Amino acid sequence: MTREMAFNAVLLIALIAVPVVASGQGEPFIVTLATKVAILALAAVGLNLALGLGGMVSFGHAAFFGLGGYAAGILASHAQSYQPLMTWPVALEGTTQMLIIWPVAILVSGLAAAVIGALSLRTSGIFFIMITLAFAQMLYYFAISWPAYGGEDGLPIYLRNSFPGLDTLDGLQFFGLCMAVLLAALLLSWRISGAGFGLALQAARQSPSRVAAAGIRIFRIRLVAFILSGMITGLAGALYADLNRFVSPSMLAWQTSGEIIVLVILGGVARLFGPVAGAALFVVLEHALGGVSEYWQALLGFLLLGVVLYARGGLIGLVAGRPAHG
Amino acid sequence: MAEPVLAIRGLEKRFGALKATDAVTLDLRREEIHALIGPNGAGKSTLIKQITGELAPDAGEIRFQGRDITRLDAPARARAGLARSFQISAVAPEFSVLQNVVLCVQGAQGLSWRFLRRALRTQALVGPAQIHIARVGLEGRETVRAADLSHGERRRLEMALALAMKPRAFLLDEPMAGMGPDGAREMTALLARLKAEAPILLVEHDMDAVFALADRISVLVYGRIIASGSVAEIRANREVQEAYLGEAA
Repeated sequence: MTREMAFNAVLLIALIAVPVVASGQGEPFIVTLATKVAILALAAVGLNLALGLGGMVSFGHAAFFGLGGYAAGILASHAQSYQPLMTWPVALEGTTQMLIIWPVAILVSGLAAAVIGALSLRTSGIFFIMITLAFAQMLYYFAISWPAYGGEDGLPIYLRNSFPGLDTLDGLQFFGLCMAVLLAALLLSWRISGAGFGLALQAARQSPSRVAAAGIRIFRIRLVAFILSGMITGLAGALYADLNRFVSPSMLAWQTSGEIIVLVILGGVARLFGPVAGAALFVVLEHALGGVSEYWQALLGFLLLGVVLYARGGLIGLVAGRPAHG
Repeated sequence: MAEPVLAIRGLEKRFGALKATDAVTLDLRREEIHALIGPNGAGKSTLIKQITGELAPDAGEIRFQGRDITRLDAPARARAGLARSFQISAVAPEFSVLQNVVLCVQGAQGLSWRFLRRALRTQALVGPAQIHIARVGLEGRETVRAADLSHGERRRLEMALALAMKPRAFLLDEPMAGMGPDGAREMTALLARLKAEAPILLVEHDMDAVFALADRISVLVYGRIIASGSVAEIRANREVQEAYLGEAA
């Protein structure tokens, strides 16, 4: 077992043990924090696929996070008000079933990623960053100016959406659900990174001309990775809306895109558990430093500066060193 | 005579007023090493980019194995069996030697759309990759990161990557670049063996290697082929001596 695997295991056990213990001691707030870690980690697992493996620095993943959130919020609000989503050409009802909401969130954010990716992947570097940012901001301004679903006020979800066999209003059960989704995404991300697709994606970041000489079309590989990435972050958005029982348009704002990038960088770019480490560190700091000073983000800024200057591998790189090779 | 493996006919490429490729006609025949030489700025790189598909010619035709490939992009030409090496090593630096070669094996087989099956545990990819690694003398170095290889080893890795493409023709851009005399001798021996696999269009500055290896030589000056022939013919050609060899002496 490598040090990285040991660290990942410790991280995972802690992330599961802390809320279980906290729940037993009647500390629901800690359970909520752990759930937030799991969901933010899921969003970052999505971004890590594009940014880490593919080298696509998307500054617009808030678009997918927010679209996932709105998918959950809009479907739930229609179900709760008994207003059909649409009556023509087909009658569509809202739903409070996560098993329907999740595929919708994944589909919607995947479609958005297909459009945004197809246009922005024709550029690279700073232009790619700016175009993804512009698309996300377009969606943000659309959301705050469209009154049907709350506009600037956001969209409340009065009752957390349901999952068969679970009481999602129970903090620990909802945490377990989010954790299971996170684990599934980590498993998928691990398999992808070692599969032929992941190999091509990572090689395209390191040496695009070699990938073309290997007979592989880089644009298609990157686009599919970008879509998968958006889908995972979109699913995280749906869970986040359910965690807060509220969809805020700020989920679509550029600050959210920045936060997801920070999670990936803090934890360790392109490391399988980087997003988990980053999300855990972020939430712990937010909680611990937020109690000390409302300017805690300035301290986060210094930490980020330190990571970028001295610990390129993020937390995982600091603990485990360079990634191992096959 | 059988149709050449690679046939370039009347290729033209202009950059503004500059004719970088001027009516170039060139053949690569079966089982030969055809060296392309020329002074710096002669347009060798521009010509190569048009053959690999990175650059579209303004006029002319490129046929490969009897098929017009002028409009195909670089990945399509690579899959058709036109394998290339780069003047400046283009390998994935963070990947191990094995990962680099597996990438090319899977690219040649069109297996880059597998999302779950682990490439390094797939015998159909790793098996051939290990054969190619052994052929260039890098056995035992499979797990070393490409960035940690010596310059000479990286040049040989380039050759393994070209071999992994199941090549019908090699397009080698200065494979000896930056190598010491020992490395150049080893590479010369390796290229002589590769010739059995597929014909080689060799762009090279190392004249010892060119004269040792080439069956035919074409000389490119200011975008034009000024001479083409056997080693002896090129050596005796006055125009070539003035334009190129004389300059080097």
